Amino acid sequence: MDEKHVKRHHWIVRVTHWVNAIALTIMVTSGLRIFNAYPAFARRGDTFCCYPFAHKAIPAWLTLGGWLAGARNWHFAAMWVLVLNGLVYLGFIYLHGEWRDLVPRRGDVRDAWEMMKFYAFARRDHPRQGKHNALQRATYFALPVVGIVSVITGLAIWKPVQLGLITDLLGGYVWARYWHFLAMVALVVLAFVHVFMIFSVDPYSLPSMITGNYNERLSPEERNGRPFWHLLPPRRPTNPDARGEQQP
Amino acid sequence: MRRRQFIELTALSLTSALLLACDSEGPRSARPVLRSAERWNEKVERALFRHRSMDYGTAVLAGAAYPKYFVSDRVPVWSEAERGPWSMEVTGLVEHPFRLTLADLQALPSVTQRVNHYCVEGWTAVVEYTGVRVSELARRAGVKAEAQYVDFASFDSDYHESWDLASALHPQTLVAYGLDGHLLGPGHGAPARLHSPIKLGYKCTKYLTRVEFLAERNGGYWSDRGYEWYAGT
Repeated sequence: MDEKHVKRHHWIVRVTHWVNAIALTIMVTSGLRIFNAYPAFARRGDTFCCYPFAHKAIPAWLTLGGWLAGARNWHFAAMWVLVLNGLVYLGFIYLHGEWRDLVPRRGDVRDAWEMMKFYAFARRDHPRQGKHNALQRATYFALPVVGIVSVITGLAIWKPVQLGLITDLLGGYVWARYWHFLAMVALVVLAFVHVFMIFSVDPYSLPSMITGNYNERLSPEERNGRPFWHLLPPRRPTNPDARGEQQP
Repeated sequence: MRRRQFIELTALSLTSALLLACDSEGPRSARPVLRSAERWNEKVERALFRHRSMDYGTAVLAGAAYPKYFVSDRVPVWSEAERGPWSMEVTGLVEHPFRLTLADLQALPSVTQRVNHYCVEGWTAVVEYTGVRVSELARRAGVKAEAQYVDFASFDSDYHESWDLASALHPQTLVAYGLDGHLLGPGHGAPARLHSPIKLGYKCTKYLTRVEFLAERNGGYWSDRGYEWYAGT
């Protein structure tokens, strides 16, 4: 076997990743049930420019809480899990240095463009990368940023009077509620792209978010892997130093 | 690998538990956790509360688009023929309990304020209420030191909601008899209702009959049915 195992994710990153996945699921599903109590944005007696699906409810099977009060109770409990877990994660990557793998760098736009060309078969070889490619870095950087936006917009609609300064800065209650909704949409889109890419490009990274170990010989760069392309480990010439089995 | 199988099994069962929870109130075992989260949130909300934080309704009045909610089967209307002239009492842990007719209430110093009505459902409406501050009623009644809560009861079936004293004494918490320059209509809680932008709409009892100062909270119509009791904005 041709293996090169590295410890890819610290246990704090792994634990906060899965806690975040659960908390985010609860927040989104209960949030959609809350939204269904008034699936629109306009102030009463007013119009709202920017939401074409007003008064169309989200399908019930996507929601948690059963009714408005139930959903609110979940939402206002899970928000603490989301925030505290997020602070542990951000605090850890700040102190431990992992943030350097995630913040934007010079050349990211070009590298991201090259990745997109590769995925679109407009380029033959996988661009060289470190731990993450430029598109991954953009996603993993954007997720906490959008998470922070959803927390701030959430505060603005939870306490529009006592924290009225935040609400005002966001353009008032109606707009704050809209930004909160858009932040949710962005989080869901990023999360779905993330899960899709895990399974279609680098399924070998899924165990690494559980055990922490990652076999770099199976990385997309080594496999020249695009979505659903070269998913199996690459064939390699037999190591001439190896003795035995394969002799004719 | 036993450890890995264990972790994967845990992840799998958590995921399926979440999926099964869809469109339901979720597992029964979660309720005590949610309830303690509500108690914790109340502490946070009380800590955030400021008497000086004011709400301003900046947009156009909702007017006829302002929804009319009540819990009885029909619009509750005070029948003078059956119950005599309407009046409300200010009572409980006070030095001088008293009773007010609509004319008495209108004779007290009033305020008119253009504020938001924040509904738990997520909509808001700009409304202009005219009425008497609860703090004014409290001052006249002389609230005893033991009073920590205020219950606002109505003639809309058994509707009532109790408040923490601080929120009730906020300058924008009114016993209102006028809306948008008119007397309160039957759909909006006539002859008088509680209104404040600092609590969600369901805390603002309509069809008011009694303001009672209490040492202990006594829940409320919606807060007994699962909505959070504090519900501050």
